[in-house]
Amino acid sequence: MIDRPLTQHLRQDGSPVFMTDYRGGGGYEGLRRVLADSSPEDCLQQVKDSRLRGRGGAGFPTGMKWSFVPMGEKAGVGPKYLIANADEMEPGTFKDRIILEQDPHQLIEGMILASYALQANVAYIFLRGEYTVAAERIETAIKECYSAGYLGENIQGSGYSLELHLHRSAGRYICGEETALISALEGKRANPRPKPPFPQVSGLWGRPTIVNNVETLCNITHILTHGAQWYQSLGIGQDSGTKLFGASGNVNNPGCWELPMGTPIREILEQHAGGMREGYTLRGFLPGGGSTDFLTPDHLDLAMDYDVIGKAGSRMGTGTMIILDDRHCPIAMVRNLSHFFAQESCGFCTPCRDGIPWIVQLLDRFESGQATEADLALLEEKARFIGGMGNTHCALAPGAMEPVTSALKYFRDDFERHIHDGRCHYHSDVGGR
Amino acid sequence: MADVIITLTLEGVEMATITIDDTLYEVADGANILEAVLSLGLDLPYFCWHPALGSVGSCRQCAVLQFQNEEDERGRIVMGCMTAVSDGMLLSLSNDKAVDFRADVIESLMTNHPHDCPVCAEGGECHLQDMTVMSGHRNRRYDGLKNTHVNQDLGPLINHEMNRCIACYRCTRYYRDYAGGTDLAAMGSHDHVYFGRHEDGTLESEFAGNLVEVCPTGVFTDKALVNDYTRKWDLQSAPSICVGCAVGCNIAPGERYGRLKRIHNRYNHEVNGYFLCDRGRFGGSFVNSDKRLLSAGWKLDDDVFSPLNSEQALAQLQTLCLSGDGLYAIGSPRASLESNWMLRTLVGRDKFCSGFGAEDAALRATVSAIVEGGVHTATLPEVEAADLVIILGEDVTQTAPRLALALRQTVRNVGLEQAATMGVQYWQDTAVRNIAQNTRTPLIELVTASTRLADIASDTVTFAPADIARVGFALAHALGAGPEVDGLSSTDIALVARLQALVDNAERPLIISGCSSHNVSVVAAAQSVAAAVAQKHASTRVVYVAPEANSVGLGLLDPNALSLEEIGAAARNGEIKTLVVLENDLYRRAPKAQVDALLGSVANLVVLDTMEHLTAEAAQLVLPVASYAECEGTLVNNEGRAQRFYPPITASEDRPPAWHWLRSLAGAMKHSSLAELTQIDDVIDAIATDVPLLAGVIDASPKASYRDRVGLKAARQPHRYSGRTAMYANKTLHEPKTQADDDSALAYSMEGESQSLPGALRSFVWDPGWNSNQSLHKFQDEIGGSLKGGSSGARLINATGHPVSGRSDVPDAFERRQGSWCLTPQYRLYGSDEMSAYATPVAEMMTGAQITLSPADVESLALGAEDGVSIVIDELSVDCAVIIDPLLPAGTAGFVVGHPEMLNLRAGSYVALEKKQDFMRVPEVIVTDGVRAHG
Amino acid sequence: MTDLIPALSPEEIAEIEHEVSLIPRRDGAAIDALMIVQRHRGWVSDASIKAVAALLEMSAEELDGIATFYNLIFRQPVGEQVILFCDSVSCWLRDADSVKQRLIDTLGIDYGQTTQDGRYTLLPVPCLGACDRAPVMMVGDELHSQLHDCDLNALLAPGEASD
Ligand SMILES: Cc1cc2nc3c(=O)[nH]c(=O)nc-3n(C[C@H](O)[C@H](O)[C@H](O)COP(=O)(O)O)c2cc1C
Ligand code: SF4
Ligand code: FES
Repeated sequence: MIDRPLTQHLRQDGSPVFMTDYRGGGGYEGLRRVLADSSPEDCLQQVKDSRLRGRGGAGFPTGMKWSFVPMGEKAGVGPKYLIANADEMEPGTFKDRIILEQDPHQLIEGMILASYALQANVAYIFLRGEYTVAAERIETAIKECYSAGYLGENIQGSGYSLELHLHRSAGRYICGEETALISALEGKRANPRPKPPFPQVSGLWGRPTIVNNVETLCNITHILTHGAQWYQSLGIGQDSGTKLFGASGNVNNPGCWELPMGTPIREILEQHAGGMREGYTLRGFLPGGGSTDFLTPDHLDLAMDYDVIGKAGSRMGTGTMIILDDRHCPIAMVRNLSHFFAQESCGFCTPCRDGIPWIVQLLDRFESGQATEADLALLEEKARFIGGMGNTHCALAPGAMEPVTSALKYFRDDFERHIHDGRCHYHSDVGGR
Repeated sequence: MADVIITLTLEGVEMATITIDDTLYEVADGANILEAVLSLGLDLPYFCWHPALGSVGSCRQCAVLQFQNEEDERGRIVMGCMTAVSDGMLLSLSNDKAVDFRADVIESLMTNHPHDCPVCAEGGECHLQDMTVMSGHRNRRYDGLKNTHVNQDLGPLINHEMNRCIACYRCTRYYRDYAGGTDLAAMGSHDHVYFGRHEDGTLESEFAGNLVEVCPTGVFTDKALVNDYTRKWDLQSAPSICVGCAVGCNIAPGERYGRLKRIHNRYNHEVNGYFLCDRGRFGGSFVNSDKRLLSAGWKLDDDVFSPLNSEQALAQLQTLCLSGDGLYAIGSPRASLESNWMLRTLVGRDKFCSGFGAEDAALRATVSAIVEGGVHTATLPEVEAADLVIILGEDVTQTAPRLALALRQTVRNVGLEQAATMGVQYWQDTAVRNIAQNTRTPLIELVTASTRLADIASDTVTFAPADIARVGFALAHALGAGPEVDGLSSTDIALVARLQALVDNAERPLIISGCSSHNVSVVAAAQSVAAAVAQKHASTRVVYVAPEANSVGLGLLDPNALSLEEIGAAARNGEIKTLVVLENDLYRRAPKAQVDALLGSVANLVVLDTMEHLTAEAAQLVLPVASYAECEGTLVNNEGRAQRFYPPITASEDRPPAWHWLRSLAGAMKHSSLAELTQIDDVIDAIATDVPLLAGVIDASPKASYRDRVGLKAARQPHRYSGRTAMYANKTLHEPKTQADDDSALAYSMEGESQSLPGALRSFVWDPGWNSNQSLHKFQDEIGGSLKGGSSGARLINATGHPVSGRSDVPDAFERRQGSWCLTPQYRLYGSDEMSAYATPVAEMMTGAQITLSPADVESLALGAEDGVSIVIDELSVDCAVIIDPLLPAGTAGFVVGHPEMLNLRAGSYVALEKKQDFMRVPEVIVTDGVRAHG
Repeated sequence: MTDLIPALSPEEIAEIEHEVSLIPRRDGAAIDALMIVQRHRGWVSDASIKAVAALLEMSAEELDGIATFYNLIFRQPVGEQVILFCDSVSCWLRDADSVKQRLIDTLGIDYGQTTQDGRYTLLPVPCLGACDRAPVMMVGDELHSQLHDCDLNALLAPGEASD
């Protein structure tokens, strides 16, 4: 059986796999079988048994998330919704793009299956606006599905119907946050909504809604096609399945690879990413995108598993690592990230809206050599204030502070040297980044 | 751990015991922590939460620490406003973690605030100032740049200063979600959020003025106050009642240097809660108008008035009134009960006219429906609790605006219930609105034209007034009361069936009607509907809308008083020698010819009023009187609630309350029982004895002898603290002896205890650390509940519970007439009301003369985009702009009641319309904010 | 207000109406409608805001509040092509700053500006999700990667821009 299900169809040249080839490779077989043989309850059980955890960043067990969706009469009148979160705007994250551009049917099949399991009749792909190539290819794939009878009324004679729409986002990172995404899909300002009520109960247009990451949904196809047992066996650590891991920064071979859950970081960095570029030494890395805590070379032998990375004080996040080398200033890197988060704050709650810009201002003081000890203390205080879970309305701000607080922990010398020397020692020009 | 239990028990509410900082408290289960904490009288800072708006959790200021159990020592920061209390909950407000967190929040909020308190109109009553102090933010550590914004011109009422914004989102939540306005929105994102309009322009909502009180800082401020500024601590305020309409909202007008500076809401949870309409807020400053009568005047031969001092004036008054027994009087629905009663008693019942206008018959029917209809009139909370609203013939937004704002909350009930079944509390605002989406509690309007409630109404059906009555009667009949109605169209029959089904399914139906269509049948039909509905559902409520502040009071005072027509007849018969007109411009009540005829056939005309107007000009003797802001008196609102207003401004000797003139006259006329009434309390006692229906007026407010716990009167001025300037700083820096006020339990002073004050005597809210209006919760039983000192006012009418139908003569159906149009009255928030039009900001909001036509009639008249129409009545012609209303029944034409140029038009009469070329026409009618009916 | 709807072309109206037909409320199509107008006109003017708002039966304020929230909706005129230059972390690590400087030198404009010939507007954009090919930017709909190896002059030369 396949051991790299997510990337099995991908081609060397990056050209897209459309219907004929997708079906040629066994695509939509699983869907056909499930619609014929399995009940929605069976599907849910399979997903639960697979121990699949959401690939959007938080790693929440997918089966459990789905089980909160009211089924049957409890769902009340009106549609239920499934949404594929294809917003992918987390800095350093470039995994969903690959599937969206090259294997759109994989996502669509997963979505049809997920929708069937949840008995949702309307599904959306919420795609980030800049993914223009993906948009075209998804549109094509959706059309193919309608003609082939995988979407629309009475799919494959099963009596089950599903409409699938592509929504292209008008921008803003916060749209990736599931409740903000729902606000955006409703045509509003993408302010996140308070939870509870959770979207599973009251989401899009007030109706039960599941938002899942693209990669999560792709896994559904394989789980329901090959079974939970098989899926669990793919992981080599505590978590099941495979994962799209990536690395960017000054490594020899930046890229994205499908590897078993639990693959050691060292293997990803050294074998797949080809190690550090000539003249660059590893100083640290963000294991799962721009909103995760730094880890250091000391952590290289950890397995990329949600709980393992969590115990080490960071998060698996999206599994795409950003590598910091010895020639880049950690403060400048954190400043770059903080600037991003400040810009992308939706502006709804205070610590995030008014706090992160202050962080940027403080980091600028370090970079321009004006920072004092008091600024360092203030920076720590403010990062704690903004970053505390529950301190803000949504998880953007805590995520934003993860690189800051971990940089303060691991690269404290750098902060102190900036204060002491009155300049940034990485960049010849004062304040240069 | 804790051994004290502090209890706050509320009737019918499940209680939970929670621990806050080692003290046990009982609080309402399911409330949020912030509400509960404030209800307990504890302090917790907040911004985005508002008692009427609920919680969204944006500011993060209300953080507290929650512990999982007794062992948990770390605790977890939770937002007070977003977390429901539950039994056994362990909380800390004072733990360092919570305190530090709140200090961090305020410090962040202030990073972009300009710290311009010294020049800010909010200074001294600013929630942001209070919360900054409360949260302990003193030293500024942020030394980066501050964001700045461009301000917008939002029209004559409201000033905009965006730099002061702390992005709490209250303004747009109030304006859009609560008040249904659409022309104010949050723009931009991250730390560049901006709250304003798409472009400069006057805010469209009739309730925009509440932004002044909703905004916790100085972004939205009262423009008139900004331009003629006084700090809160220098204002002298009084508990007062809005004279803008018959809802009777409680207001707190503030005075300085003898001028009325601004009007704030005065909380009365049964009448107006936290909000006013813009007529009330901005219209009350008519008292500053240069049209005010300053001194008494005696008309000389050349039609010029020569000023008289009070003594001379009184002498003239006596001469005119004592010279014979042909003394008649016309009272006024905008004058106090006291003045009206005094006048009526003086001239005798058979010679007293209430001074109602065109709506006279319908108004009498309305009052009789209130008194005799047997169905309970809804208070504000009852309106908001209804689960079905049927409106017959009333454009509520224009005739009882605060009621319309309440109805905007009523329609949320279905959604709230839906949310409740999902375990979502009413205060979880985002979630409730999201769950509700567009589902609304049914509200059906049967009206004569488009209304501003169209955006929330499940149906706005338009008819000529007679047809509203017919459908109403048919509905009553279908529900088992009153006569059958023949000849209804099939759509009307279907409408009746739909209404009947809604009534069957309702539990708390609310029927609203009134006299604004100037049609008795409409009121009678509504009364019958209410009676039939009340037979089915005991908790049926009604609201009958009367036009003016004291219309109902006058109706109760004398249901059989002469009408203007009857007094006209008496005049024609030469029975009237001297006519005394109290606070009434008759030219606003009846067509010019009729008033001319009346006034032409009386020998002497005496006018007592606050303002110069046409009737006053026709008088022999004019006597200036104190306005609502300079004297006290009692008004009776739609609900039959008697409410007392008190003056923030001392009346000048030349301009006493009207009843003082009349009392002096009574003395001269040897009317000793009147002449002996020295204080207003005496007058009130006399009224209560004299008029059984008004017996309850005594309870409207405490007597002048009331004293607080320490033996003091109630203060009109807030406590002195730094920055207080001398009361008459414009004249002298010395504090004069405080002015005496023998007539009331209020003092022109800051002395007096304020905690336990009766609601009727409370003119401002202030509590240590709470200088803004947000301190209100310190004086409430519970958040949104009644004042600790009791709500002000006394309801005079208690429904019998035995519903009585209205008169049952079904009118004929409306018939179009070729070439002539039946006039239907339309009310305007700005322009229909006499007094507010004298207030500068309101005058700026008024439009010229307008006539509303259906698209078909516009076409049949071949009106081009630039054309208006002219109407000729009694040889007087008026040129009007044309408004096209797609819902207006063809063959009818809406005219603006009370518009100075349209006073001659009579509801129900048929007029010819003549095209008037090149007269700028107004192409469309705003049906709801932003969404317009297309012309 | 109806007179404003003609400010939209029949094609735009048809496309917007299609979006409306898919959802429960007209105003729910606000973002799609703004994107449609922008596709046709390059940016969203005040007149377009009013026209779209009227078509969707919402107020200009509500629509503008939405339009100004999203960074891919342009409320000011832009050049024929918008250059979205990635200013996020992975590109920064791969020397995006010096590429940006070259870009500024080549075009003669900084962020937020449009070239005098009206061909390009330069804007920063968060991580474009192509970090393995950093540094990257988009020119119009097209992604250009590994820019340090790239001849920006040739890439942005006249004739290349419009496609
Ligand atoms: C600020 C913010 C941005 C996010 N962006 C994304 C995103 O682009 N894609 C994504 O799948 N999840 C994103 N998430 C996570 C989602 O909120 C949500 O947890 C996820 O889509 C759930 O999918 P999963 O259960 O399949 O992981 C984001 C979360 C936050 C707080
Ligand atoms: S943390 Fe607050 S301001 Fe930031 S994106 Fe979330 S809700 Fe918006
Ligand atoms: S008042 Fe609770 S978060 Fe604003």
